[in-house]
Amino acid sequence: MADVIEVGAARGDAPPPAGRTRRRGATERGHRATPYLFLAPYLVLFLVFGLAPILFGIWISLHQWDLQLPNRPFIGLENYRDLFSSDSADYADWWSSVRATAIFTVLSVPLLVVVPLGLALLLNEKFPGRTFFRAAFFAPYVLGVAVIGLLWRFLLDANLGLVNRLLGAVGLPADTPWVTDVPWAWVSLVGVTVWWTCGFNAVIYLAGLQDIPAELYEAARVDGATAWDRFRHVTLPGLRPVLLFVLTTTILASANVFGQSFLITQGAPGEQTRTVVWRIVDEGLRNYDVGQASAMSVLFALLLAVVSIVNFRLFRYRED
Amino acid sequence: MTNVRRVARYGALLLITAVFVTPLVWMALTSLKTYEDAQQDPPSWLPHPFSTYGFDQILNNTANPVLRWFLNSMLAASLHTLLVLVTASMAAYALARLRFRGRKVSFALIVGTLFLPPTSLIIPNFVIADQLGWIDTLTVIVVPGAASAFGVFFLRQFFLSIPAELEEAAVLDGANHWQVFSQVLLPLSKPALATLAVLSFLTNWNDFLWPVYVLFSPERLTLPAGLGLLQGAYVTDYPVIMAGAVLASVPVLILFVLAQRHIIQGVSRSGLKG
Repeated sequence: MADVIEVGAARGDAPPPAGRTRRRGATERGHRATPYLFLAPYLVLFLVFGLAPILFGIWISLHQWDLQLPNRPFIGLENYRDLFSSDSADYADWWSSVRATAIFTVLSVPLLVVVPLGLALLLNEKFPGRTFFRAAFFAPYVLGVAVIGLLWRFLLDANLGLVNRLLGAVGLPADTPWVTDVPWAWVSLVGVTVWWTCGFNAVIYLAGLQDIPAELYEAARVDGATAWDRFRHVTLPGLRPVLLFVLTTTILASANVFGQSFLITQGAPGEQTRTVVWRIVDEGLRNYDVGQASAMSVLFALLLAVVSIVNFRLFRYRED
Repeated sequence: MTNVRRVARYGALLLITAVFVTPLVWMALTSLKTYEDAQQDPPSWLPHPFSTYGFDQILNNTANPVLRWFLNSMLAASLHTLLVLVTASMAAYALARLRFRGRKVSFALIVGTLFLPPTSLIIPNFVIADQLGWIDTLTVIVVPGAASAFGVFFLRQFFLSIPAELEEAAVLDGANHWQVFSQVLLPLSKPALATLAVLSFLTNWNDFLWPVYVLFSPERLTLPAGLGLLQGAYVTDYPVIMAGAVLASVPVLILFVLAQRHIIQGVSRSGLKG
């Protein structure tokens, strides 16, 4: 939840001019160092674990840097070149993880954008029990990936799992290998992720829906617009900034998928559901080849930055 | 017409609720079964008999000290939350209320990191933590993640929404910045601080990727990191594994129920408004 990004940052509440001058008056009473003292504790943390790692990561990626070896020679872009040349040892594993992450992202993002919107529309009007339903849909999200991973590994177990047993009870095939074969493994990973996180997006949509002026709906109704017309011409345009936010954060979250495949499919079948983040942490934190792992991280971050920028461009463009 | 719609809505909502809640209920019920009971086909919903087998196994297990993991998680998440609240609120006060050279640059840098995928910092953060000698200690769970750009941003936005006049009165009475901050602004910001506290606690309590790779010693693990070991040790003994999952869920579910309104509002507000 800490990765929540603020899209409305730019339009955040600007303080009234009067307050601003007064505040300056207040500041001048303090010592010149006062602001820096207030900032210092956070700034130390931020510099060491927020800002320095960005630059340090790039630096590491330019070296042959193994945590178990004393020498860390500078090798320029060789770590990057390895990821693109098919004769290197890392090539196949890396692109297989990119493929897995891409499949997961392409399958999960549309569902995580659309299903929560449906839920939010269902919950938008005031009616008895609304708070209860909102809480019920949100509840899985407060559980960690470790818990939902173990839980669904159990529920999707081919023999003992509740899913196959319930399917069998209603006369459907009861032997689907949900976690050990494709395409079932993808259905499982995407399905579990939608179940786990869709309440989160629904809550964000709900906040957005409540910001659309009721008069717009009234006016549309007076003009004889059908429910579908109102959705298309009032709800969707009104939700545009929210949609952009949901789309961007959901793509980022999906691309960073790790725990679900680590715990539920355990990479199976073969290595087909082993994702980029898993690949990176294995290379760096298990094999201690942090040079190569950093190159992967930098490449991955760049790719996600491009996706986010394209996202913003597309939405901005349509707004003009 | 409206009655039909109302019935349709409740029908749909109840169906969806079942989908969301049944897995959690199944987890809780399985944790109270015996090994044999959990193997039954067709499955029994209610445990026959109710059994403490799963919890006995995990709580009296010396190879996998689950209770220890629970306490580690509790301590780490509490200290982490405290650290976030103190550092983020002080920084947010400076950024919202004080003027100084470098204010705009610091704020831009902090907000900028919000847009970075957190995983891209994992490798360098590991190397830094390793240099500091923090690997396989509680510190590595508490500190690095506390550089919360989100927390600073969230509190700054909240502080900006508080009228400066309230602080003015205190200043006229001769209060210094620390007094204004701690005795005027913080008490007025309880809802925002509570929201940030709950979100920080949840995030740290649930974190999985980082602890799995930076902790090794069985007695130092956090509960989520330890659950993986539990699964390895009790491959298909689901009452035991589900008991572990329940233990990891109960604190956050209690927190969620207590702070539900704040969490949901905090999420939607932090996402979109400010």
